[in-house]
Amino acid sequence: MSAKITREDVAHVAALARLDVTDDELDRFTKQLDAILEHAASVEALDIDGVKPTYHPLPLVNVFRDDVVRPSIERDAVLSQAPEAEDGRFRVTRILDAE
Amino acid sequence: MTDAITSKTAAELAGDFRDGTLSASEIVDAHLDRIEALNPELNAFLYIDADRARRRAADLDAVRAAGNEAGALAGVPIGLKDLLCTEGIPTTAGSKILKGWRPPYDATVVSRLEAQGAISLGKLNMDEFAMGSSNENSAYGSVKNPWDTSKVPGGSSGGSAAAVAAGMVPLALGSDTGGSIRQPAALCGVVGVKPTYGRVSRYGVIAFASSLDQIGPFGRTVADAAFMLEAIWGYDHFDSTSIEEPPTPVGSVLDDGVQGLRVGVISELANTEGLQPEVAAALQRSAGQLAAAGAIVDEVSVPSIEYGLSAYYLIAPAEASSNLARYDGIRYGLRVEGPDTAATNRLTRAAGFGDEVKRRIMLGTYALSAGYYDAFYGKAQQVRTLIIDDFARAYERFDVLLSPTSPTTAFGLGDKVDDPLAMYLSDVCTIATNLAGAPAMSVPVGKDAHGLPIGMQILAPALGERPMFQAGAALEAAASFNAAEKTGGAL
Repeated sequence: MSAKITREDVAHVAALARLDVTDDELDRFTKQLDAILEHAASVEALDIDGVKPTYHPLPLVNVFRDDVVRPSIERDAVLSQAPEAEDGRFRVTRILDAE
Repeated sequence: MTDAITSKTAAELAGDFRDGTLSASEIVDAHLDRIEALNPELNAFLYIDADRARRRAADLDAVRAAGNEAGALAGVPIGLKDLLCTEGIPTTAGSKILKGWRPPYDATVVSRLEAQGAISLGKLNMDEFAMGSSNENSAYGSVKNPWDTSKVPGGSSGGSAAAVAAGMVPLALGSDTGGSIRQPAALCGVVGVKPTYGRVSRYGVIAFASSLDQIGPFGRTVADAAFMLEAIWGYDHFDSTSIEEPPTPVGSVLDDGVQGLRVGVISELANTEGLQPEVAAALQRSAGQLAAAGAIVDEVSVPSIEYGLSAYYLIAPAEASSNLARYDGIRYGLRVEGPDTAATNRLTRAAGFGDEVKRRIMLGTYALSAGYYDAFYGKAQQVRTLIIDDFARAYERFDVLLSPTSPTTAFGLGDKVDDPLAMYLSDVCTIATNLAGAPAMSVPVGKDAHGLPIGMQILAPALGERPMFQAGAALEAAASFNAAEKTGGAL
């Protein structure tokens, strides 16, 4: 856990997170993330084997509601805020090559 | 006359409207004038909703003229942090990626306030996606601190704190994920409340870290903060983490005093690294004032609180990296077209997010990635349990806990922008509360040698808003800080 984060690591997580980063940004972010992770590594000093993790402050498991139909937001209201829409749908860039 | 109106508390304005001393239109115009005069310098408002506010004021005046009940907050102007969705009104979360977006619905807290007659004057500046402690991460420019415009207002709800401090509105809503209501409240000399997790609906709130985010009020008095909190809290079936048990009002405990109330001063935060001597002195003075008012005051250790910051900066980015995946250039906001959809995602996110948001997305992605999950995210979640257990032990002996809200008063614009870790350390006193899902509030108690406000934090166990407000009101009365000093005239 004390291993330093490398430039390659940062490039890898940027790709996973779908963020284009420049070479300059890679240098800067690597240095900054390394300093933050070094501080965060202080949790390693704690003897916490066997301590249960807390994922959420409330003891909720599943929250159900009755399965009833009710009005939702109008499709046109939502699509009016999209960068591009067509025929009642979001328009995206081509995913598959044309035949 | 105009200045006199903008110096009034929300409770006074609501009373003036009810008994006819002031019309809603007079109240709204006075505050809009003040916003127009000060906003070019303070940059607290990102969107001023003047026409709609004037129409609503005229409607409320007509309701009153007809002899009808207009609601508890009728005639009171409010401001909304720009991560609260407002139907048809631009909502950016301080980010370029949402520039020009107009949400198709209102957040529950917004519709509740409007249903009770509050009048929104617009949307308030903030650190991008609520990530920051100085408001310098806004894509729309920094907010300035009304007490000294060379200083930051704190963050991420910097616009909310500055607007209330400067008399632009008597009340504002903010959000608090690691201190984003309390720290700017402290730096701007106003009251800020982070309620128990689940007490206030998050429906229609742009998410940062969903297990930590909570909406809460800013006011210039403890009573005003209680007034606004009571208008927004309570169960909402649109938020599955909303607490069903009805809240017990807090406005009624403000005059109860603190006789016999057990107050623990958190020793780790009374001696925390980088604590400004004047803030340390203010803590001792506040503890003394509460004791003089009849509280039983003693020191208490919450050992794991020191690991809160580390755990937080793994958990919050991890949740953020997941929440912010939705900004993909497809469904709303900015799109930068690439040769294929994946490229469109990458280019849009690179152009639309600022550096701090990118850092946290990458940090969170790293903490959640294969090979590091157990070491980082898993361990941080265990620390979260330790903090909850340590607080539970402290609350066996105490009703509320006391600490500074921020280790220092407002720092200079630009001082910490190049050092993210130094910026994170300004949240050292506030973060543990969010990890525990508990409530806490900041109350202004004095000033440093430069005239900058000092805030004191009162912490309580989950659902402990009543003793928290009791202590907050007592501290406010003893400290006699004048939060209305900057609400009239020039700054």
